[in-house]
Amino acid sequence: MTALGALIRRDIRIALRVGGGALIGVLFFLTVVVLMPFAIGPDLALLARLGPAILWLGALLASLLTLDRLFTADHDDGSLDLMTMSRTPLELSCAAKALAHWLAAGLPLVIATPILGLLLNLDLGATAAVALTLLAGTPALTFTGMIGAALAVTLHRGGLLLAVLVLPLSIPVLIFGVAASEAAITEPLSFGAPFSILCALSLFGLVVGPYAAAASLRHGLD
Amino acid sequence: MRLSGRGVRCVRGGREVFSGLDFEASSGEALAVVGPNGAGKTSLLRLIAGVLAPDDGSIALDGGEDELTLAEQSHYLGHRDALKPALSVSENLTFWRDFLGGGTSDPAESLAVVELDHAARLPAAYLSAGQRRRLSIARLLTVRRPVWLLDEPTNALDTAGQKLFAVLMGDHLARGGLIVAATHTPLGIAARTLRVGDHQ
Repeated sequence: MTALGALIRRDIRIALRVGGGALIGVLFFLTVVVLMPFAIGPDLALLARLGPAILWLGALLASLLTLDRLFTADHDDGSLDLMTMSRTPLELSCAAKALAHWLAAGLPLVIATPILGLLLNLDLGATAAVALTLLAGTPALTFTGMIGAALAVTLHRGGLLLAVLVLPLSIPVLIFGVAASEAAITEPLSFGAPFSILCALSLFGLVVGPYAAAASLRHGLD
Repeated sequence: MRLSGRGVRCVRGGREVFSGLDFEASSGEALAVVGPNGAGKTSLLRLIAGVLAPDDGSIALDGGEDELTLAEQSHYLGHRDALKPALSVSENLTFWRDFLGGGTSDPAESLAVVELDHAARLPAAYLSAGQRRRLSIARLLTVRRPVWLLDEPTNALDTAGQKLFAVLMGDHLARGGLIVAATHTPLGIAARTLRVGDHQ
């Protein structure tokens, strides 16, 4: 446990320091959402209707932007070799790294949502619903994204490959995230069903992601 | 304790680097791996560290802790030093102590031994190549592991640093440790020579 705690603390500390990139995600999220009203025009009703989808897309792209760093730095400076050799199973180390990444880069997106909801003419209830779905859904983005991040390290291709690998995997999360948010806003639809599936996707990612990432990293070390 | 390799074969990128390599080292012994560039010195160390898998043959450690694998009882000091530029010298060292676990000692003491205590709060980004090497050596001292796998350990170290490291390696061997070092220059300690990639 000490080992995993130390790993989580270290990754959060690095992410929050200069050049760490945790704030880059939030700034990107902010930029994407702020640009939308300019592109769509001053139709308040339309903005409110598109709001949840815009927030979810923004969060998806922002989390993709920072995922690239999850394993590349540790691979390039040799930390990954030492982690493979250590007494802590690589699967647990991967899970700890993903958790740290979510705390540093995913959680700030959820916290920023209420402010951005104002820009999209979402009322308080709708904003809260989107924030809640993001809270339940962004872990799924991180945990499925870590598989792509590990593969990108293994194949020595960063950036674009990661986006191509991860975006298709994120489609279910996007569908149920937006569905749950829409359901909370439009009364007759049920919020419970899509929200439960969203939580299930996160839990599924938590179980599968670390194993897949660790397998990929082990296979790819050279 | 005894580290032995039998008929080890290594293939990298479809090309055979070496094959049929036998080696042996027991507690208190150092093995100097020598050979021309590209002969597979680093590959051999990474095979022993378990980061690479041998294509044939076996590598085993007898008489260590039964519960632990060879990799878990080894330190690997490679070209890449596993230091985070954003973290301070002591934060880097403390992280590896907490993460690697096992028998550990005070990071501050190790930093004093490698003469980096004055830079403990400095971000690792500002360290020179020699200082980074000294910090990596401090990791070997802070976390206790019986097997040290060293890849060109004296690279970038000044003469005083090389002498200091020779003393530290001597201490490690005297405590019953075991060293496998890939090197081009004399280590400064008594060591058996293992030649790789010599086809003449």
